[in-house]
Amino acid sequence: MRPDSGYRLYHPKWYRRRMPIFWWLGKFSYTKFITREMTSMAVAYGGLLLLAQIWMLGRGEQAYQSFLSWLRLPAVLAFHLALLAAVLLHTITWLNLAPQALVVRLGGRRIPDGVILAGHYLAWLVASAAVAWLLLGR
Amino acid sequence: MEKTVILQVRRYRPETESEPGWQSYEVPLRRDWMVLDALNYIKDHLDGSLSYRWACRMGVCGSCGMMVNGEPVLTCATYLEKLLPGPIRVEPLRGFPVIRDLVGDLTDFLAKLKSIQPWIVRQDQPAPAGEYLQTPQQLAEYKQYSMCINCMLCYAACPIYELEPEFIGPAAIALAQRYNMDSRDQGHQERMDVLSQHDGIWSCTFVGECTEVCPKDVDPAGAIQRYKVAATIDWFKSILLPWAKR
Amino acid sequence: MVTALVLPALVALLWIAVPLGWADAPRDRLIELLRSPLSRLALFGFVTLSLFHWAHRFRYTLYDGLQLYHLNQLIAAVTYGIATLLTLVAGAILWTFP
Repeated sequence: MRPDSGYRLYHPKWYRRRMPIFWWLGKFSYTKFITREMTSMAVAYGGLLLLAQIWMLGRGEQAYQSFLSWLRLPAVLAFHLALLAAVLLHTITWLNLAPQALVVRLGGRRIPDGVILAGHYLAWLVASAAVAWLLLGR
Repeated sequence: MEKTVILQVRRYRPETESEPGWQSYEVPLRRDWMVLDALNYIKDHLDGSLSYRWACRMGVCGSCGMMVNGEPVLTCATYLEKLLPGPIRVEPLRGFPVIRDLVGDLTDFLAKLKSIQPWIVRQDQPAPAGEYLQTPQQLAEYKQYSMCINCMLCYAACPIYELEPEFIGPAAIALAQRYNMDSRDQGHQERMDVLSQHDGIWSCTFVGECTEVCPKDVDPAGAIQRYKVAATIDWFKSILLPWAKR
Repeated sequence: MVTALVLPALVALLWIAVPLGWADAPRDRLIELLRSPLSRLALFGFVTLSLFHWAHRFRYTLYDGLQLYHLNQLIAAVTYGIATLLTLVAGAILWTFP
Protein backbone atom coordinates (compact mmCIF):
# COMPACT_ATOMS: atom_id res chain seq x y z
CA MET A 1 0.00 0.00 0.00
CA ARG A 2 1.48 3.33 -1.01
CA PRO A 3 1.50 5.97 1.70
CA ASP A 4 0.36 8.71 -0.64
CA SER A 5 -2.76 7.02 -1.98
CA GLY A 6 -5.11 9.22 -0.02
CA TYR A 7 -7.91 8.23 2.30
CA ARG A 8 -10.00 5.18 1.59
CA LEU A 9 -12.40 3.60 4.05
CA TYR A 10 -10.34 0.56 4.98
CA HIS A 11 -6.92 1.97 3.97
CA PRO A 12 -6.55 5.27 5.74
CA LYS A 13 -3.75 7.68 4.91
CA TRP A 14 -0.45 6.89 6.57
CA TYR A 15 1.37 9.83 8.11
CA ARG A 16 4.97 10.69 7.32
CA ARG A 17 6.52 13.61 9.13
CA ARG A 18 8.64 16.16 7.29
CA MET A 19 12.21 16.14 8.48
CA PRO A 20 12.98 19.64 9.83
CA ILE A 21 15.74 21.55 8.06
CA PHE A 22 17.72 21.86 11.30
CA TRP A 23 17.31 18.21 12.25
CA TRP A 24 21.00 18.12 13.10
CA LEU A 25 20.54 20.63 15.91
CA GLY A 26 17.83 18.55 17.55
CA LYS A 27 20.12 15.94 19.08
CA PHE A 28 23.66 16.54 20.36
CA SER A 29 25.04 13.42 18.69
CA TYR A 30 23.75 14.68 15.34
CA THR A 31 25.38 18.08 15.91
CA LYS A 32 28.65 16.34 16.76
CA PHE A 33 28.34 14.41 13.51
CA ILE A 34 27.83 17.49 11.35
CA THR A 35 30.71 19.29 13.11
CA ARG A 36 32.92 16.32 12.37
CA GLU A 37 31.93 16.42 8.71
CA MET A 38 32.57 20.16 8.50
CA THR A 39 36.21 19.61 9.49
CA SER A 40 36.67 18.44 5.91
CA MET A 41 36.68 22.17 5.04
CA ALA A 42 39.71 22.60 7.29
CA VAL A 43 41.42 19.79 5.38
CA ALA A 44 40.79 21.47 2.03
CA TYR A 45 41.99 24.83 3.38
CA GLY A 46 45.15 23.18 4.74
CA GLY A 47 45.94 21.62 1.38
CA LEU A 48 45.36 24.90 -0.44
CA LEU A 49 47.41 26.98 2.01
CA LEU A 50 50.28 24.55 1.57
CA LEU A 51 49.95 25.00 -2.17
CA ALA A 52 49.93 28.77 -1.75
CA GLN A 53 53.08 28.59 0.37
CA ILE A 54 54.83 26.47 -2.25
CA TRP A 55 53.84 28.92 -4.94
CA MET A 56 55.17 31.86 -2.89
CA LEU A 57 58.41 29.95 -2.33
CA GLY A 58 58.93 29.88 -6.05
CA ARG A 59 58.17 33.53 -6.61
CA GLY A 60 61.26 34.99 -5.01
CA GLU A 61 62.50 36.22 -1.64
CA GLN A 62 60.30 39.31 -1.44
CA ALA A 63 57.06 37.54 -2.31
CA TYR A 64 57.82 34.83 0.24
CA GLN A 65 58.59 37.36 2.97
CA SER A 66 55.27 39.12 2.40
CA PHE A 67 53.58 35.73 2.69
CA LEU A 68 55.35 35.14 6.00
CA SER A 69 54.30 38.57 7.27
CA TRP A 70 50.73 37.72 6.35
CA LEU A 71 51.05 34.53 8.40
CA ARG A 72 52.17 36.62 11.38
CA LEU A 73 49.09 38.89 11.40
CA PRO A 74 47.17 38.38 14.67
CA ALA A 75 43.87 37.72 12.92
CA VAL A 76 45.51 35.13 10.65
CA LEU A 77 47.27 33.48 13.59
CA ALA A 78 43.99 33.29 15.51
CA PHE A 79 42.30 31.78 12.45
CA HIS A 80 45.06 29.21 12.12
CA LEU A 81 44.71 28.31 15.80
CA ALA A 82 41.06 27.56 15.09
CA LEU A 83 42.26 25.63 12.03
CA LEU A 84 44.53 23.57 14.26
CA ALA A 85 41.59 22.77 16.53
CA ALA A 86 39.48 21.70 13.53
CA VAL A 87 42.29 19.59 12.09
CA LEU A 88 42.87 17.94 15.48
CA LEU A 89 39.15 17.16 15.72
CA HIS A 90 39.30 15.67 12.23
CA THR A 91 42.24 13.45 13.12
CA ILE A 92 41.03 12.36 16.56
CA THR A 93 37.50 11.47 15.42
CA TRP A 94 38.92 9.58 12.44
CA LEU A 95 41.42 7.58 14.51
CA ASN A 96 38.87 6.79 17.23
CA LEU A 97 36.58 5.20 14.65
CA ALA A 98 39.32 2.95 13.29
CA PRO A 99 38.69 -0.01 15.65
CA GLN A 100 35.07 -0.17 14.53
CA ALA A 101 36.00 -0.39 10.87
CA LEU A 102 39.08 -2.58 11.15
CA VAL A 103 38.36 -5.96 12.68
CA VAL A 104 41.33 -8.24 12.17
CA ARG A 105 41.59 -11.83 13.30
CA LEU A 106 44.96 -13.40 13.92
CA GLY A 107 45.16 -17.07 14.69
CA GLY A 108 41.47 -17.32 15.49
CA ARG A 109 41.42 -14.46 18.00
CA ARG A 110 40.26 -10.94 17.35
CA ILE A 111 42.86 -8.22 17.85
CA PRO A 112 41.55 -6.04 20.74
CA ASP A 113 40.18 -2.59 19.87
CA GLY A 114 42.77 -1.00 22.14
CA VAL A 115 45.60 -2.43 20.08
CA ILE A 116 44.14 -1.17 16.80
CA LEU A 117 43.60 2.25 18.37
CA ALA A 118 47.11 2.36 19.81
CA GLY A 119 48.53 1.38 16.43
CA HIS A 120 46.75 4.27 14.74
CA TYR A 121 47.83 6.82 17.33
CA LEU A 122 51.37 5.53 17.02
CA ALA A 123 51.16 6.02 13.26
CA TRP A 124 50.03 9.59 13.93
CA LEU A 125 52.99 10.18 16.21
CA VAL A 126 55.41 8.76 13.66
CA ALA A 127 53.91 10.82 10.84
CA SER A 128 54.07 14.00 12.93
CA ALA A 129 57.69 13.31 13.85
CA ALA A 130 58.48 12.75 10.17
CA VAL A 131 56.87 16.08 9.23
CA ALA A 132 58.80 17.88 11.98
CA TRP A 133 62.07 16.26 10.90
CA LEU A 134 61.47 17.19 7.24
CA LEU A 135 60.58 20.80 7.95
CA LEU A 136 62.87 21.69 10.80
CA GLY A 137 65.94 19.61 10.06
CA ARG A 138 68.08 17.40 12.19
CA MET B 1 -2.29 7.84 47.25
CA GLU B 2 -0.24 5.92 44.77
CA LYS B 3 2.40 7.94 42.96
CA THR B 4 1.62 8.65 39.31
CA VAL B 5 3.40 9.85 36.21
CA ILE B 6 2.08 11.54 33.07
CA LEU B 7 2.55 9.85 29.70
CA GLN B 8 2.16 12.07 26.64
CA VAL B 9 1.30 9.72 23.83
CA ARG B 10 1.31 10.58 20.13
CA ARG B 11 -2.10 9.69 18.76
CA TYR B 12 -3.02 9.46 15.10
CA ARG B 13 -6.50 8.45 14.01
CA PRO B 14 -6.46 8.62 10.21
CA GLU B 15 -10.25 8.28 9.87
CA THR B 16 -10.77 11.57 11.66
CA GLU B 17 -7.44 13.42 11.60
CA SER B 18 -4.95 14.48 8.98
CA GLU B 19 -2.15 15.14 11.50
CA PRO B 20 -1.08 13.36 14.67
CA GLY B 21 -1.71 14.97 18.06
CA TRP B 22 -0.85 14.41 21.71
CA GLN B 23 -2.95 12.84 24.40
CA SER B 24 -1.96 12.76 28.09
CA TYR B 25 -2.60 9.91 30.47
CA GLU B 26 -1.88 9.61 34.18
CA VAL B 27 -0.58 6.15 35.03
CA PRO B 28 0.57 4.63 38.33
CA LEU B 29 4.29 4.85 38.94
CA ARG B 30 5.43 1.43 40.10
CA ARG B 31 9.07 0.63 40.72
CA ASP B 32 9.21 -2.38 38.43
CA TRP B 33 7.12 -0.95 35.60
CA MET B 34 8.46 -0.37 32.12
CA VAL B 35 6.97 2.06 29.60
CA LEU B 36 5.24 -0.97 28.07
CA ASP B 37 3.49 -1.69 31.37
CA ALA B 38 2.26 1.91 31.41
CA LEU B 39 0.95 1.54 27.85
CA ASN B 40 -0.81 -1.71 28.77
CA TYR B 41 -2.34 0.05 31.79
CA ILE B 42 -3.64 2.80 29.48
CA LYS B 43 -5.10 0.23 27.11
CA ASP B 44 -6.69 -1.84 29.87
CA HIS B 45 -8.05 0.91 32.11
CA LEU B 46 -7.95 4.34 30.51
CA ASP B 47 -8.29 4.23 26.74
CA GLY B 48 -8.85 0.99 24.87
CA SER B 49 -8.45 2.72 21.51
CA LEU B 50 -4.67 3.11 21.85
CA SER B 51 -2.85 1.03 19.22
CA TYR B 52 0.72 -0.25 19.59
CA ARG B 53 2.80 -3.38 19.03
CA TRP B 54 4.31 -5.62 21.70
CA ALA B 55 4.83 -9.33 22.28
CA CYS B 56 7.49 -10.97 24.44
CA ARG B 57 7.88 -8.10 26.94
CA MET B 58 11.42 -9.25 27.63
CA GLY B 59 13.58 -7.72 24.90
CA VAL B 60 13.95 -10.61 22.45
CA CYS B 61 11.16 -10.18 19.89
CA GLY B 62 11.84 -6.63 18.72
CA SER B 63 8.15 -5.64 18.49
CA CYS B 64 7.86 -2.83 21.03
CA GLY B 65 10.32 -0.27 19.67
CA MET B 66 9.13 3.34 20.07
CA MET B 67 10.55 6.82 20.60
CA VAL B 68 10.53 7.63 24.32
CA ASN B 69 11.56 11.23 25.09
CA GLY B 70 13.03 11.43 21.61
CA GLU B 71 15.21 8.31 21.87
CA PRO B 72 14.43 5.02 20.12
CA VAL B 73 14.12 2.34 22.81
CA LEU B 74 12.45 -0.98 23.51
CA THR B 75 9.51 0.02 25.70
CA CYS B 76 9.68 -3.33 27.47
CA ALA B 77 13.21 -2.53 28.60
CA THR B 78 12.81 1.10 29.73
CA TYR B 79 11.96 1.75 33.36
CA LEU B 80 9.42 4.48 34.10
CA GLU B 81 11.45 5.51 37.14
CA LYS B 82 14.48 6.30 35.01
CA LEU B 83 12.42 8.83 33.04
CA LEU B 84 11.16 10.90 35.99
CA PRO B 85 9.91 13.52 36.63
CA GLY B 86 8.00 13.25 33.38
CA PRO B 87 5.87 13.90 31.43
CA ILE B 88 7.16 11.01 29.34
CA ARG B 89 6.71 11.46 25.60
CA VAL B 90 5.93 8.31 23.66
CA GLU B 91 5.93 8.44 19.86
CA PRO B 92 6.09 5.89 17.05
CA LEU B 93 9.53 4.96 15.64
CA ARG B 94 10.96 7.69 13.43
CA GLY B 95 11.63 7.11 9.80
CA PHE B 96 8.61 4.91 9.20
CA PRO B 97 5.14 5.96 7.98
CA VAL B 98 2.65 5.95 10.83
CA ILE B 99 -0.37 3.73 10.25
CA ARG B 100 -2.12 4.58 13.51
CA ASP B 101 -1.10 5.89 16.95
CA LEU B 102 2.21 4.17 17.78
CA VAL B 103 2.16 1.67 14.92
CA GLY B 104 4.56 2.20 12.04
CA ASP B 105 4.71 0.46 8.69
CA LEU B 106 7.74 -1.80 8.43
CA THR B 107 7.12 -3.18 4.91
CA ASP B 108 10.04 -1.19 3.57
CA PHE B 109 12.49 -2.82 5.95
CA LEU B 110 11.11 -6.29 5.24
CA ALA B 111 11.55 -5.80 1.52
CA LYS B 112 15.12 -4.60 2.02
CA LEU B 113 15.87 -7.52 4.32
CA LYS B 114 14.64 -9.94 1.70
CA SER B 115 16.78 -8.27 -0.95
CA ILE B 116 19.99 -9.21 0.86
CA GLN B 117 18.99 -12.88 1.07
CA PRO B 118 19.15 -13.45 4.83
CA TRP B 119 19.74 -17.20 4.60
CA ILE B 120 22.66 -19.55 3.92
CA VAL B 121 23.30 -19.51 0.19
CA ARG B 122 25.07 -22.57 -1.20
CA GLN B 123 26.16 -23.15 -4.78
CA ASP B 124 26.67 -26.89 -4.31
CA GLN B 125 24.58 -29.78 -3.10
CA PRO B 126 23.50 -30.13 0.54
CA ALA B 127 26.20 -31.39 2.89
CA PRO B 128 26.34 -35.19 2.62
CA ALA B 129 26.84 -35.71 6.35
CA GLY B 130 23.63 -33.81 7.09
CA GLU B 131 25.19 -30.71 8.63
CA TYR B 132 27.96 -28.22 8.04
CA LEU B 133 30.65 -28.28 10.70
CA GLN B 134 31.82 -25.02 12.22
CA THR B 135 34.51 -24.29 14.79
CA PRO B 136 33.91 -21.88 17.70
CA GLN B 137 36.28 -19.42 15.99
CA GLN B 138 34.18 -19.52 12.83
CA LEU B 139 31.05 -18.93 14.90
CA ALA B 140 32.70 -15.98 16.65
CA GLU B 141 33.22 -14.26 13.29
CA TYR B 142 29.54 -13.56 12.77
CA LYS B 143 27.86 -14.22 16.12
CA GLN B 144 27.59 -10.55 17.06
CA TYR B 145 25.62 -9.78 13.88
CA SER B 146 23.29 -12.74 14.44
CA MET B 147 22.01 -11.10 17.61
CA CYS B 148 19.80 -8.68 15.65
CA ILE B 149 16.15 -8.91 16.73
CA ASN B 150 14.87 -6.69 13.90
CA CYS B 151 13.60 -4.10 16.35
CA MET B 152 14.30 -1.21 13.92
CA LEU B 153 15.69 1.11 16.61
CA CYS B 154 18.74 1.58 14.39
CA TYR B 155 16.56 2.78 11.51
CA ALA B 156 14.82 5.22 13.84
CA ALA B 157 18.17 6.55 15.04
CA CYS B 158 19.69 6.87 11.58
CA PRO B 159 19.15 10.39 10.20
CA ILE B 160 20.14 9.19 6.74
CA TYR B 161 17.29 6.68 6.68
CA GLU B 162 14.74 9.35 7.51
CA LEU B 163 16.28 11.75 4.96
CA GLU B 164 16.68 9.17 2.20
CA PRO B 165 14.14 6.33 2.61
CA GLU B 166 15.77 4.35 -0.22
CA PHE B 167 18.82 3.74 1.99
CA ILE B 168 18.94 0.03 2.70
CA GLY B 169 19.63 0.72 6.37
CA PRO B 170 21.81 -0.54 9.25
CA ALA B 171 20.04 -3.77 10.24
CA ALA B 172 19.81 -5.04 6.66
CA ILE B 173 23.56 -4.55 6.18
CA ALA B 174 24.41 -6.05 9.56
CA LEU B 175 22.32 -9.11 8.70
CA ALA B 176 23.96 -9.34 5.28
CA GLN B 177 27.30 -9.38 7.09
CA ARG B 178 26.01 -12.08 9.44
CA TYR B 179 25.63 -14.32 6.42
CA ASN B 180 28.68 -13.09 4.52
CA MET B 181 30.88 -13.94 7.47
CA ASP B 182 29.28 -17.30 8.10
CA SER B 183 31.71 -19.95 6.93
CA ARG B 184 28.82 -22.05 5.61
CA ASP B 185 27.61 -19.33 3.27
CA GLN B 186 28.66 -18.85 -0.37
CA GLY B 187 26.39 -15.96 -1.33
CA HIS B 188 28.60 -12.96 -0.64
CA GLN B 189 28.87 -12.00 -4.31
CA GLU B 190 25.10 -11.80 -4.81
CA ARG B 191 24.77 -9.67 -1.71
CA MET B 192 27.64 -7.49 -2.90
CA ASP B 193 25.68 -6.62 -6.04
CA VAL B 194 22.79 -5.33 -3.92
CA LEU B 195 24.82 -3.61 -1.23
CA SER B 196 27.46 -1.87 -3.29
CA GLN B 197 24.94 0.38 -4.96
CA HIS B 198 24.46 4.00 -3.98
CA ASP B 199 21.45 3.21 -1.77
CA GLY B 200 23.33 0.34 -0.21
CA ILE B 201 26.33 0.91 2.01
CA TRP B 202 27.47 4.07 0.25
CA SER B 203 24.61 6.21 1.58
CA CYS B 204 25.98 5.66 5.07
CA THR B 205 28.11 8.53 6.37
CA PHE B 206 29.03 6.78 9.63
CA VAL B 207 26.94 8.89 11.98
CA GLY B 208 27.17 5.94 14.36
CA GLU B 209 23.82 6.43 16.11
CA CYS B 210 22.62 3.00 15.04
CA THR B 211 25.28 1.32 17.16
CA GLU B 212 24.51 3.61 20.11
CA VAL B 213 20.83 2.60 20.28
CA CYS B 214 21.09 -1.11 19.46
CA PRO B 215 19.75 -3.08 22.45
CA LYS B 216 21.68 -6.21 21.41
CA ASP B 217 25.15 -4.67 20.79
CA VAL B 218 25.11 -5.73 17.17
CA ASP B 219 27.24 -2.70 16.13
CA PRO B 220 25.68 -2.17 12.69
CA ALA B 221 27.91 0.87 12.08
CA GLY B 222 30.96 -1.34 12.42
CA ALA B 223 29.41 -3.92 10.09
CA ILE B 224 28.80 -1.23 7.48
CA GLN B 225 32.31 0.25 7.63
CA ARG B 226 33.86 -3.21 7.42
CA TYR B 227 31.71 -3.88 4.41
CA LYS B 228 32.83 -0.61 2.81
CA VAL B 229 36.43 -1.76 3.16
CA ALA B 230 35.56 -5.19 1.71
CA ALA B 231 33.56 -3.67 -1.16
CA THR B 232 36.38 -1.27 -2.04
CA ILE B 233 38.94 -4.08 -2.08
CA ASP B 234 36.56 -6.14 -4.20
CA TRP B 235 36.16 -3.25 -6.65
CA PHE B 236 39.92 -2.82 -6.99
CA LYS B 237 40.30 -6.56 -7.51
CA SER B 238 37.69 -6.53 -10.25
CA ILE B 239 39.53 -3.69 -12.00
CA LEU B 240 43.04 -5.04 -11.59
CA LEU B 241 42.34 -8.76 -11.84
CA PRO B 242 39.20 -9.09 -13.95
CA TRP B 243 39.96 -12.65 -14.87
CA ALA B 244 40.10 -13.86 -11.28
CA LYS B 245 37.22 -16.17 -10.47
CA ARG B 246 35.15 -14.55 -7.75
CA MET C 1 43.83 8.95 6.22
CA VAL C 2 47.06 10.52 5.05
CA THR C 3 45.75 14.05 5.63
CA ALA C 4 44.55 13.06 9.10
CA LEU C 5 48.02 11.86 10.08
CA VAL C 6 50.03 14.70 8.54
CA LEU C 7 47.90 17.86 8.85
CA PRO C 8 48.03 18.53 12.61
CA ALA C 9 51.83 18.61 12.65
CA LEU C 10 51.87 20.66 9.45
CA VAL C 11 49.44 23.28 10.75
CA ALA C 12 51.09 23.44 14.17
CA LEU C 13 54.59 23.88 12.73
CA LEU C 14 54.29 25.82 9.50
CA TRP C 15 51.47 28.17 10.39
CA ILE C 16 51.67 28.61 14.15
CA ALA C 17 55.14 27.74 15.45
CA VAL C 18 57.15 29.29 12.61
CA PRO C 19 55.22 32.62 12.42
CA LEU C 20 55.45 32.88 16.22
CA GLY C 21 59.19 32.33 16.07
CA TRP C 22 59.12 29.10 18.08
CA ALA C 23 60.65 27.14 15.23
CA ASP C 24 62.55 27.94 12.10
CA ALA C 25 61.93 26.66 8.59
CA PRO C 26 64.09 28.82 6.36
CA ARG C 27 63.23 29.37 2.73
CA ASP C 28 66.35 27.66 1.44
CA ARG C 29 65.58 24.48 3.30
CA LEU C 30 62.01 24.32 2.02
CA ILE C 31 63.17 24.93 -1.56
CA GLU C 32 65.74 22.16 -1.10
CA LEU C 33 62.93 19.82 -0.04
CA LEU C 34 60.95 20.64 -3.15
CA ARG C 35 63.79 19.99 -5.53
CA SER C 36 63.26 16.27 -5.97
CA PRO C 37 60.43 15.16 -8.27
CA LEU C 38 59.45 12.56 -5.69
CA SER C 39 58.64 15.17 -3.06
CA ARG C 40 56.71 17.21 -5.62
CA LEU C 41 54.71 14.13 -6.52
CA ALA C 42 54.04 13.42 -2.84
CA LEU C 43 52.86 16.98 -2.29
CA PHE C 44 50.68 16.82 -5.39
CA GLY C 45 49.12 13.65 -4.01
CA PHE C 46 48.61 15.27 -0.62
CA VAL C 47 46.88 18.35 -2.03
CA THR C 48 44.73 16.23 -4.36
CA LEU C 49 43.71 13.94 -1.50
CA SER C 50 42.76 16.80 0.79
CA LEU C 51 40.71 18.47 -1.97
CA PHE C 52 38.78 15.34 -2.93
CA HIS C 53 38.30 14.36 0.71
CA TRP C 54 36.62 17.73 1.22
CA ALA C 55 34.60 17.46 -2.00
CA HIS C 56 33.18 14.07 -1.04
CA ARG C 57 32.34 14.89 2.56
CA PHE C 58 31.04 18.38 1.88
CA ARG C 59 28.79 17.10 -0.87
CA TYR C 60 27.18 14.57 1.49
CA THR C 61 26.93 17.14 4.27
CA LEU C 62 24.99 19.49 1.99
CA TYR C 63 22.93 16.60 0.65
CA ASP C 64 21.91 15.30 4.08
CA GLY C 65 22.46 18.30 6.34
CA LEU C 66 20.50 20.82 4.32
CA GLN C 67 18.36 18.30 2.41
CA LEU C 68 19.30 19.70 -0.98
CA TYR C 69 18.40 16.55 -2.92
CA HIS C 70 17.01 18.35 -5.90
CA LEU C 71 20.38 20.06 -6.31
CA ASN C 72 22.31 16.81 -6.10
CA GLN C 73 23.73 16.94 -9.63
CA LEU C 74 24.70 20.59 -9.23
CA ILE C 75 26.37 20.07 -5.85
CA ALA C 76 28.30 17.05 -7.12
CA ALA C 77 29.42 18.95 -10.21
CA VAL C 78 30.46 22.02 -8.21
CA THR C 79 32.34 20.22 -5.43
CA TYR C 80 34.15 17.71 -7.60
CA GLY C 81 34.61 20.39 -10.25
CA ILE C 82 36.32 22.74 -7.81
CA ALA C 83 38.47 19.88 -6.54
CA THR C 84 39.50 18.94 -10.08
CA LEU C 85 40.23 22.53 -11.04
CA LEU C 86 42.37 23.16 -7.99
CA THR C 87 44.14 19.84 -8.54
CA LEU C 88 45.14 21.05 -11.99
CA VAL C 89 46.34 24.34 -10.48
CA ALA C 90 48.38 22.36 -7.95
CA GLY C 91 49.86 20.30 -10.75
CA ALA C 92 50.81 23.42 -12.65
CA ILE C 93 52.43 25.06 -9.64
CA LEU C 94 54.41 21.98 -8.68
CA TRP C 95 55.46 21.25 -12.28
CA THR C 96 56.77 24.76 -12.89
CA PHE C 97 58.51 25.16 -9.55
CA PRO C 98 62.04 26.49 -10.20
